[in-house]
Amino acid sequence: MRNDKEDALSRLLRNLHPARSAATQHSSRRAVLRNIGIAGLSLAVSPAFAEELVKLPFASGPRERPLTHDFPQKGDMILQRVRPPLLETPMEVFDRGVFTPNDQFYVRWHWAEIPNSVDVDAFRLAVRGHVDRTLSLSVSDIVRDLPRVELAAVNQCSGNSRGFFAPRVPGAQWAHGAMGNAKWVGVRLKDVLDRAGVKAGAVQVRFKGLDEPVVPEAPTFRKSLAIDHARDGEVMIAYAMNGEQLPLLNGFPLRLIVPGWYSTYWVKMLSDIEVLDKPDDNYWMAVAYTIPDTPHASITPGQSGVKMVPINRMVPRSFFTNITDGASYTAGTRVPARGIAFGGDSGVAKVEFSSDGGKSWQPARLGDDLGKYGFRQWQTDFELADKGDHALMVRCTNSSGEVQPDAPNWNGSGFMRNVIETVQVRAF
Amino acid sequence: MLKRLAAIACFGSALLSSTPAWVQDLPTIKSTTVELPAGDALFPGGSSANAINNNCLACHSPDMVLNQPPLPKATWEAEVNKMINAYKAPIDKADVPAIVSYLVQTKGKD
Repeated sequence: MRNDKEDALSRLLRNLHPARSAATQHSSRRAVLRNIGIAGLSLAVSPAFAEELVKLPFASGPRERPLTHDFPQKGDMILQRVRPPLLETPMEVFDRGVFTPNDQFYVRWHWAEIPNSVDVDAFRLAVRGHVDRTLSLSVSDIVRDLPRVELAAVNQCSGNSRGFFAPRVPGAQWAHGAMGNAKWVGVRLKDVLDRAGVKAGAVQVRFKGLDEPVVPEAPTFRKSLAIDHARDGEVMIAYAMNGEQLPLLNGFPLRLIVPGWYSTYWVKMLSDIEVLDKPDDNYWMAVAYTIPDTPHASITPGQSGVKMVPINRMVPRSFFTNITDGASYTAGTRVPARGIAFGGDSGVAKVEFSSDGGKSWQPARLGDDLGKYGFRQWQTDFELADKGDHALMVRCTNSSGEVQPDAPNWNGSGFMRNVIETVQVRAF
Repeated sequence: MLKRLAAIACFGSALLSSTPAWVQDLPTIKSTTVELPAGDALFPGGSSANAINNNCLACHSPDMVLNQPPLPKATWEAEVNKMINAYKAPIDKADVPAIVSYLVQTKGKD
């Protein structure tokens, strides 16, 4: 086995990338392999830093995940994958406020070549392609020379809640914690594009970060927005998150913010902006992150021949944050219920609560409106008159009139789940 | 003034005494170096895991695979082929049946 492993390693090591820019330092997987070889690979089958397990409420296993605090600038996170990191926010974090703390904000990377060091003085953001002037902007250029804007916005993975799909689908088996809300501070993408001068005939703007695939031939992660979207004055480049610079794993030093759209577009460690004069057909736009062009991106399992389009706007969702499945209450007493909601690509118009499995609904009180793209707290209270099992439900209607559906959607990628959430409780 | 106060509240740590007044409301972004966990665990299963350990760990740790629900063999074949064709994983073609077999055995479903 050792010899096999070394063969695989030497195959891999032949494919080393050339040296990288002075601005970043990759703790390269390939370099690690080169330095320590197979002898350094742990024989442990579970990570040594797993100290506590959490149970995710999926219909089938495996449900247990380690709770880890071994990631830099991160507190307790649900560990979905060590490398490249997939870290989920525990649900109780959302009960503490509408802004998700940076040290518990979820993390999702596609490729394992992530710089572990960024020198702010050497870092440059390139703006190039179908423009009058190619730019090479330092962080300081961006912070000092362009108007500052601030926006609260939810960042949600396309596959948030994938673990609840039935039938189950492959992919990161997230519960509901692949989302977070932050106050982003930065500059308008429009202002940066205007500096470069977008030429007539531009159709899209493509974004790339500092991360790279381990195998150089693999498709680099790049995402594109239509030119009008990129220049809408809302899409921004953030250098601060909840009043601090971004944690490295959330995209330090610069991250694209695309309010109301799924996180796949929110390119982390943004280093390259390319204005295109023809539509982007790269893998991450044309194949990955595409959804059926159907209501709720929903199809029947096994259905084929469906037109696919790039995932785009988010849809409304709402969650309980103080009640979980299996909670029990004394019949006939008042019980507080609360949680968070967001409208997707528009604000929260209303949140309704049901304690009878959706037969009747009552409006919940809404917390302060801190921006239409952010989380909104909701709260109410209820009384379970009869002993026995009860289904509590919550649903959000956004300001465009879109309401969460009664039935779950299904697609093979596990994208865009937004069915009305239900928790099963008991009164005794 | 309000804007200044808000900026101070947000970026208190940026207020160094030697900084000229006109840039005091600008945040300081500091160079950052971190260490990421290695994620160098192996797939369990001894020799039955040789093929998957030899071919799959360069790009990702085993945990996400082990966290998958039971999936049909056709789904696992599609996943392995996606790794090879879309993500250019340097997987030995001869090892593909053993990798699929391991996945079906560990994470299979009729």
